[in-house]
Amino acid sequence: MSITYLEAIRLAQQEALASDPRVFLYGQDIGAFGGAFKATKGLHEAFPGRVIDAPISEDAMVGMAIGAAIEGMRPIIEMQFADFSSVGFNQIVNNAGTQFYRTDVPCPITVRLPSGGTPGSGPFHSQSLDSIYAHYPGLVILTPATVEDAYTMLLEAVQIDDPTLFCEHKYLYYHLKADALPDEALPVGRARIARPGIHATVVAYSAMVHESLRAAEELAAEGWQIEVVDLRSVKPMDTDTILGSVARTGRLLAVGETFPWGGATAEVISRVASEGFHLLDAPPQRLNSKDTPIPYHPNLWKVHRPTAQTIASSLRQLLRY
Amino acid sequence: MCYGRFRNVATDGLRPPAPPPPTNHSILTTRTHARILEGQTVIVPGTDLTGAFRDQYTRTYRHMLLARVLEDRLAAVYRAGGKIVGGVYVGRGQEAFSAALGVQLRKGHDVYGPLIRDQAGRIAFGEPILDAIRTYLGSIKGPMRGRDGNIHRGRPREGMPPMISHLGSFTAVINGMLMARRLQGREAERAVGGTGIGDGGLSTGAFHEALNQAAVERLPLVVAVANNQYAYSTPTSRQFACHDLIDRARGYGVRGQVVDGTDLAACLKAFTDAVQRARAGEGPQVVIGKLLRLSGHGEHDDASYVDPALRKGQAGRDCLEVAQTFLLDQDWATAAELSAWQREAESEVDAAFAIVYREALPDPYQESWQALSRADLVEGSSHAGPEL
Repeated sequence: MSITYLEAIRLAQQEALASDPRVFLYGQDIGAFGGAFKATKGLHEAFPGRVIDAPISEDAMVGMAIGAAIEGMRPIIEMQFADFSSVGFNQIVNNAGTQFYRTDVPCPITVRLPSGGTPGSGPFHSQSLDSIYAHYPGLVILTPATVEDAYTMLLEAVQIDDPTLFCEHKYLYYHLKADALPDEALPVGRARIARPGIHATVVAYSAMVHESLRAAEELAAEGWQIEVVDLRSVKPMDTDTILGSVARTGRLLAVGETFPWGGATAEVISRVASEGFHLLDAPPQRLNSKDTPIPYHPNLWKVHRPTAQTIASSLRQLLRY
Repeated sequence: MCYGRFRNVATDGLRPPAPPPPTNHSILTTRTHARILEGQTVIVPGTDLTGAFRDQYTRTYRHMLLARVLEDRLAAVYRAGGKIVGGVYVGRGQEAFSAALGVQLRKGHDVYGPLIRDQAGRIAFGEPILDAIRTYLGSIKGPMRGRDGNIHRGRPREGMPPMISHLGSFTAVINGMLMARRLQGREAERAVGGTGIGDGGLSTGAFHEALNQAAVERLPLVVAVANNQYAYSTPTSRQFACHDLIDRARGYGVRGQVVDGTDLAACLKAFTDAVQRARAGEGPQVVIGKLLRLSGHGEHDDASYVDPALRKGQAGRDCLEVAQTFLLDQDWATAAELSAWQREAESEVDAAFAIVYREALPDPYQESWQALSRADLVEGSSHAGPEL
């Protein structure tokens, strides 16, 4: 049996619906049609009345979820693409994100954000919004990089009493496969050493973990042992694991697919610079997408975001220092 | 001026003295029920003027009165300086329209999403005035504990979540609370959700999304649209181009009514009907109240931009004074009773302020500074500045 990242997301939702009567799904085209990516295929039939088509109204979709959560439900909202969550941005950051602090009443909603670039998707179907949401208080930002994490972290997202943005990467939907789903997982908030090494640390998350692993493989042929840290969640960010890795390697490269100004990679660098300056043998580096909208044509797109090649190139520079 | 005996009832003893009343009060000279019917369309034909309606009218009037007394006091405390920061936002002139919805809803059963100028509706729904005072003053005993202020208050678990300032976005939250009850198999309870919006808030995309959503799901939502003629300083001519806001309701496939928002009898009739229809499963209801905001946007605003003609017109009437006249003309209350109710409201506000003035204010050293309920997911504070 082979389970894709996308299938793991579908199965996690199936499991959540089956095991928790408070769970319902709400999003565009997710009912009988099964979703634009088929992440809810068959669930409408299996759970009548609990997999609900929404109008093209991202603001009202999130608002609806907040109200339902107040009344004890556990909604999972599917944004058709993470990009469109900008229309629901206000509800996410100002309503969901402030509710617990303001009222002491938690807001347990899960918003699924099909994120990241795929060839030909262009400026409005390719964005990664983890960093902009992580900027706001009151939100949990999950960025699974593996089939196993996609499954267990989505199930955990539903159980978290706080608004949780589940950033699932579209590029991994079909590319990534696992033989079986896990019975246990690291807790949310804990990073994972995806590949051990001693010469430099790459901190990455989501699809960039795989680009980084390929880069590490490429450098292994040159004699370098690169450690790759998979953050798993951008917020909370596991600073201890990052610092532990930098303590071993002395060199740091943070890789993210978001736009370059600020964001998760800048946060990694900032934390290591302020808390682990003495651990560093070289100036910490970061690599993000280019500071332009995400281009349509694959010739442009594949250079816009970090890839194994550009990560390897950055690592070589870092190692030369 | 012809406020006669009624003016004392409305304004005497308030702190501070109420601003000059609106100038058009020909209705207040009207002495008989028949003349009111003929001349002012104060009473909607078919209104039950006996028994239950009298009780409801009187009860709602007292909610309006308490809201007015409370908000006048809040404004005075704000102007005196020191105790209330940020601003005070009152519902002067909108009490009848606001309370007429709130009084239809049953706390513990229905859902209510009050907006900026819904103090009267909040009282009618059952929010204690202590919640208002504590929130304005920042008491840690209030529902917001100094973390939010003024009209941004509520108790989500008691069916009344707090609004956020982004207009229009509250409506979908009420939809969600109603949707939850459907998903929980509780539709037979026939709970409804009431919420407010204004002529300005109607222009938001969020409100459009939410009302359309409610219509698609056929939710038991009642929206009170207070067309108070100004969104802060912006007149309706710069807000919408349709002939009448009722056209909006039609566009959503939603039943709409327009009502004189200064006339409590008309407001009660409209909301009784709207809430009954929503309870009966007829889907969302919109009630548009024509009225005038008899204050600035907040107490910092002198509202000098308001067209004087509007103040003199029907919409510019003070709903509280209109109601007082009606109560007297119906012989539902004597002038002495109105005065007694006024004193009771003042005493209640006095007592509540006295309680809150003794309460602790938030302490930054005791504050959790935690925006997540899951403590294990809260990040360390080392990246957010030094410990105090």
